[in-house]
Amino acid sequence: MNFTKSQDGNTLTVELVGEVDSMNTPELEERLLKETEGITELIFDLKGLEYISSAGLRVLLTMQKMMKTQGSMVIKNTNDEVMDIFKVTGFVRLLHLE
Amino acid sequence: MKELRVEATIENLSKVFMFLQESLEKCDCPAKTKRQIKLCVEEIFMNITHYAYNPHTGPAKISVDMVGGDDPTRIVISFADEGKPYDPLQTVEPDLEADIDDRQIGGLGVFLVKTTMDNVEYEHKDGQNVLTIEKSLDERAS
Repeated sequence: MNFTKSQDGNTLTVELVGEVDSMNTPELEERLLKETEGITELIFDLKGLEYISSAGLRVLLTMQKMMKTQGSMVIKNTNDEVMDIFKVTGFVRLLHLE
Repeated sequence: MKELRVEATIENLSKVFMFLQESLEKCDCPAKTKRQIKLCVEEIFMNITHYAYNPHTGPAKISVDMVGGDDPTRIVISFADEGKPYDPLQTVEPDLEADIDDRQIGGLGVFLVKTTMDNVEYEHKDGQNVLTIEKSLDERAS
């Protein structure tokens, strides 16, 4: 998995490319929690995300819950593969997808 | 039939992925089917690492059977561990209607397995937990 970030004021955009699985989610979660300190708008760009397992979904849920208390979170450019997973797990209702 | 025996640890998920990739290499099935199979293999293997021997660790055996000769039509994968008897299919299903504050994070993996595979069976046999999943490799069924 590749993690690229760009920050504009209190807005943080995180691009996740490749595969998010049980092996790399602990590091991903730790990094996201650190990077979102003081952030009021978190944007995930998932156009290059090819695979996500339930471990990755848990991280997105954790971030969504956290950002609800300090601002907002948006997920952009979800491709069909990942959208399938969001749909089947009911995450389309939990996440703000654009 | 191909078989992999590894210790059930998170680090060994990469070995499991490699083993699965080798097994699926020659399979001419849709990419979506391959992704679904990979997802289920991860979810089940992670369940074993988390629950079977907790707080210790132990062996896991994964067998892949491509049914149908040179042009396989089905894949059957079974996972065996020698841990505590545990039927993951009895896990409470996640409440898909719950809102963000009430949504629990457990049970998603098993739910994904049940939803995406054609058949999932559990049995406790000879002191082992054996979970078997089956998926059609036919393009029309994907």
